Amino acid sequence: MDCIRLEFEVDGENFSSAGNASERVKRTLKQIGVPAASVRRVAIAMYEGEINMVIHAHGGRAEVEIWPDRAEIWLKDRGPGIENIELAMKEGYSTASENIRSLGFGAGMGLPNMKKYSDEMKIDSTVGVGTTVYLRVNF
Amino acid sequence: MDKTLKTVVLESEKCIGCITCMRRCPTEAIRIVNGKAKIIYDKCINCGECVRSCKGGAKRPVYDSFDLVESYAYKIALPSPSLFGQFNNLDDPNYVIEGLLALGFDDVLEVGLAAELVTDCTKKLMQKGNLPHPVISTACPAVAELILLKFHELADHMLPVYAPAKVAAKIAKMRAIEAGIPADDIGVFFISPCPAKVYSLHREEVSNQKYISGVLSQSDIYFRLVEKMNKIKNPRRLGKCGHFGIGWGSSGGESNSLGLGNYIHCSGVRNVLGLLTEMSDGKLESADFVELNMCPGGCVGGVLNVENPFIARNRMRQLAEKMKTKPATMEEYGLDESFFLWDKAPEPSTSFRLDEDMFVAMRKMVQVEEYLKQLPGIDCGACGAPTCRCYAEDLVINGGKPDCVKLREERGK
Repeated sequence: MDCIRLEFEVDGENFSSAGNASERVKRTLKQIGVPAASVRRVAIAMYEGEINMVIHAHGGRAEVEIWPDRAEIWLKDRGPGIENIELAMKEGYSTASENIRSLGFGAGMGLPNMKKYSDEMKIDSTVGVGTTVYLRVNF
Repeated sequence: MDKTLKTVVLESEKCIGCITCMRRCPTEAIRIVNGKAKIIYDKCINCGECVRSCKGGAKRPVYDSFDLVESYAYKIALPSPSLFGQFNNLDDPNYVIEGLLALGFDDVLEVGLAAELVTDCTKKLMQKGNLPHPVISTACPAVAELILLKFHELADHMLPVYAPAKVAAKIAKMRAIEAGIPADDIGVFFISPCPAKVYSLHREEVSNQKYISGVLSQSDIYFRLVEKMNKIKNPRRLGKCGHFGIGWGSSGGESNSLGLGNYIHCSGVRNVLGLLTEMSDGKLESADFVELNMCPGGCVGGVLNVENPFIARNRMRQLAEKMKTKPATMEEYGLDESFFLWDKAPEPSTSFRLDEDMFVAMRKMVQVEEYLKQLPGIDCGACGAPTCRCYAEDLVINGGKPDCVKLREERGK
């Protein structure tokens, strides 16, 4: 059986539209009958990823594959890249600006939450080139 | 959802097939078929939004006729807090209670009083700390249905406590039985501000063995009641509901009664949908309590009300000032938590799925995405579905090939 493939452009200029892609994925998962707890994990992990792309990378692209037993997500951006991935994974660590923080984002929980709610997470980042985050959530 | 029960029916001859209700429906449960708005009851949460938006009055809410009251020897009325906001210059809630007695009811139990008891029970459950964070109120049955239809991931956040109308009915019926009235003679009637409460109480409750005999409409009872109320001088002090109880009729009233600082209350279909979406993305976990009302402004905004919700709300606030009493407690009424707790949690609905079988549903979803690439994506509604996505889903479920006004126009070029 083939998987369901979805692709989204994530608009880097618009905070309020961040979450549109995860919202669409959520709807799809619910409509095919993925268990609620798994839907929630995908939604949270992906939403955090989208927000990250908006905050740090002026947007990017989300590609999603939905299989009967899992969702796989690639979040690809051409942003500044992550200098120290280990540090970025630390809870509370953030390079977000004061402006972003004043909006309630940039609490340093994005990547840790993405890891927490996924079964596998891989970060491939080159400074000055961009970042791809891979997430797998098993149902 | 039980397909035999309906809360809203179409008066076909009045429906002109415009797409207003279809667009406003929060669960995409309306299609225009052969020029008439058809409700897909499997997906309907009884919110009343289509009744509210229909320009021609073609959407008729269903409720029990007042004649049904007459068929019981001992009649009990359960007025909701919002009823008290419907009358001009009402400075004493006891006029309403006396009015109901004059209408032929033998006993009146204010749902606001039951609401105070629900608050007391909720407080105790929250203090014990075994409820999930945040707790979502289940007092609005349309919100509860919405969660069960589209937000399964939030179902375990639902407050597992009966809504005030049911609690009021339980207390009233048991009180009548204790007074020696034969159970079969007792008719318990909730006077509802909205179709959602009519539906939910009907589905679970309406039978002699249970607690509610029928659900009346506030708009239906209004003129009969005003006529009686106008004749009343110096009403007795019968009401027991205080300012907290009557406050439940407006959005925020339930939260306010709980005495919590950290809560969110929100009303109106779009706002509720937005907030539930945020919650399912993992936000708002810091709030203790979330009160959601489908109708704008809370129950006062229900489509079975007579008065403008914001005017009614102001009146209720004025009235509440005169009703400053200590809220009722479970101890006072000799009740414990078991009286309020759901006997079983409601089942999530699978009506939103493309197919019961996940593999089949996935294949259908792939097809939906294919069709979507062909459709214009402008959600014009001319095909009879609220969005192009919805149309694609309908095609996959019911068969057919994508065809729409826009596609035909382009082909004609």
